[in-house]
Amino acid sequence: MIRGILLGVLAIAVAGTAYWGYQEHQDKNAVLLNAENNYQRAFHNLTYRMDLLNDKIGTTLAMNSRESLSPSLLEVWRLTSQAHSDVGQLPLTLLPFNKTEEFLANIGKFSYRTAARDLDKDPLSDQEYETLKKLYSQSGEIQNELRKVQHMVLKNNLRWMDVELALASGKETTDNTIIDGFKTVEKTVTGYEESDHGVTFANLQKKDENFKKIKGKTISKNEAINIAKKYMKFDGNAEVKVTKNGKGSDYGFYSVSIRNKQTNQEASMDITKKAGHPIWFINNREVSQQKISLNDATNKALSFLKETGFKNLEVFESTQYDNIGVFNFVTTINGIRIYPEAVKVKVALDNGDIVGVSAEEYLKSFQTREIEKPAITLEEARGKVNPNLKVMEDRQAMIINDLNEEVLCYEFLGTLGDETYRIFINAKTGVEEEVEKLKDAEKMYEDVL
Amino acid sequence: MHKKRILIRSFVLLCFLLGTFQIVNPMTGHAFSNQVIQQGAVGDDVIELQGRLKHLGFYTGNVDGAFGWGTYWALRNFQYEFGLPIDGLAGQATKSKLVKATPKYGGAGQGGAAKAQPPKAAAPKPTASNTPKGFSQNDIRLMANAVHGESRGEPYIGQVAVAAVILNRVNSSTFPNTVSGVIFEPGAFTAVADGQIWLTPNETSKKAVIDAINGWDPTGEALYYFNPATATSSWIWSRPQIKKIGQHIFCK
Repeated sequence: MIRGILLGVLAIAVAGTAYWGYQEHQDKNAVLLNAENNYQRAFHNLTYRMDLLNDKIGTTLAMNSRESLSPSLLEVWRLTSQAHSDVGQLPLTLLPFNKTEEFLANIGKFSYRTAARDLDKDPLSDQEYETLKKLYSQSGEIQNELRKVQHMVLKNNLRWMDVELALASGKETTDNTIIDGFKTVEKTVTGYEESDHGVTFANLQKKDENFKKIKGKTISKNEAINIAKKYMKFDGNAEVKVTKNGKGSDYGFYSVSIRNKQTNQEASMDITKKAGHPIWFINNREVSQQKISLNDATNKALSFLKETGFKNLEVFESTQYDNIGVFNFVTTINGIRIYPEAVKVKVALDNGDIVGVSAEEYLKSFQTREIEKPAITLEEARGKVNPNLKVMEDRQAMIINDLNEEVLCYEFLGTLGDETYRIFINAKTGVEEEVEKLKDAEKMYEDVL
Repeated sequence: MHKKRILIRSFVLLCFLLGTFQIVNPMTGHAFSNQVIQQGAVGDDVIELQGRLKHLGFYTGNVDGAFGWGTYWALRNFQYEFGLPIDGLAGQATKSKLVKATPKYGGAGQGGAAKAQPPKAAAPKPTASNTPKGFSQNDIRLMANAVHGESRGEPYIGQVAVAAVILNRVNSSTFPNTVSGVIFEPGAFTAVADGQIWLTPNETSKKAVIDAINGWDPTGEALYYFNPATATSSWIWSRPQIKKIGQHIFCK
């Protein structure tokens, strides 16, 4: 009797477990299928957009007037950016696919620049036309390779989940059609040399990525420590560590870190080997109470920058995050703000200590410059600004525009409705270089449930 | 039965207490501290400044305790109208003029024409917070999630570094152009793959993200990083290495 009941219960349990297991299995399959479908969508979108892209570049070649060229180039730009985002959705991070992505980005930049330009005044040059032709044939090759992969995927019912698993387990060397296909695409693109892209690409690189403009002697490890002492307060308990940069860095630097053995407080900074300039500095510590104002902190930051050798700086932005003030300083020469030369400083609002410095941007753009006189007057420039804007402040400023060139501008700060805008008008050509809506603090959502 | 009665009694008592609290608390404005208030500040002083400027009709925005552009222009207009030097800073002279000009100001709850407002029980706290340009609080939260999931055991610099790598990828032409695109790129971050990204981030990771967005990059512009103890891919070792922070090696 009891045995019978036990057997019955056991049978039900077994059946129940089996049913539950089956359900779980189904659920897992559904999730996997969903992920697979997302990958498939991104992949097929990519190939579709590469088709369209090739078509569009092809038609652009045949166009002549500005009215048709500009929209067509914009379309190319839109397609490249979408294709780019499709690539980002595929599990290819562990696969070297960078060249293809860079290629897409380059087409995008080229088409945006030519589309944004006034092609009536400044039509496509012969060289740009050649570039466009080359991009057409190159995008054709990529399209072709991708179509081959797509064909194999559809014919053999290949799954992206397998690619992901293969890549994650480090077995990408094993035979996998998709991976091989994408490697071929990458190889094709790697064959396109940088010089193919013509003049417009020449100034694509941001200026002085590698701090080449810095002049001075190479400093030693000990000198680096001495420089770091200006930033961090040393005492008897401090433990100092200095390391050189790794081989992969574009420029030489020392990383100095100091740890207080008692409190475990740690501060770190990187210093350029050449001339010993600070790249960044962070001293992370708890700042629990605000005792000094943002204004006092600004002055502390400014005098600190003076002490450490930064000249002609003016604060142009100050922001409070909890009990820390973050300040953005820029160089000012004869009242002209040089926006690319920016240094950021963090000040603890409890005792005014400097807890952070970031001078990377400053070091990259710092140079002795000759500032030309503006060709148009302030009034002329003001005439180029939207008449609805109520201009409150104006000055001259140097900015880096969309084409990555440094240009002298008139800067206008003004309001339209409740919003504040910053507008830059080129002081030579009168072109509206940049319009920026300035941000205010954001409403907190913490109480919303 | 007893328990129920006690519960009701304490409830009544609580209501009573709260009631008296509201009556006792005066409706007058809270005085300025002696600090100079400038743009970007957040706190009680700013609430006081905004409240009084609004009372006079110079300021039309919300009294949110964050000194933004609206407050800046309102303050400058006030300084202009009252013959003060126009610098957009609320120093001693400006503040005492402002207090004199608003004798009937009764706290931040009352602004301009709106009079019949219920009295506020406690001093109002700032209801807005500063975020770096181009990023919302939600963007910061998403990045903090990623940073926390990826590097919560790392030193602070290591967490800023992970946030900086995310931003370097956004700016790089070989990665997606958005923060979420970079974070959710399949296979890019282990924390996303194994779900650790959905752990609740702490304040440290949020601070690290804000530092990175504000321009601190301890990595020397790295695009990749890996933990040499757990890295499975041999490819990652072929990347040119820049430096090591905590357990992570950062590379190009």
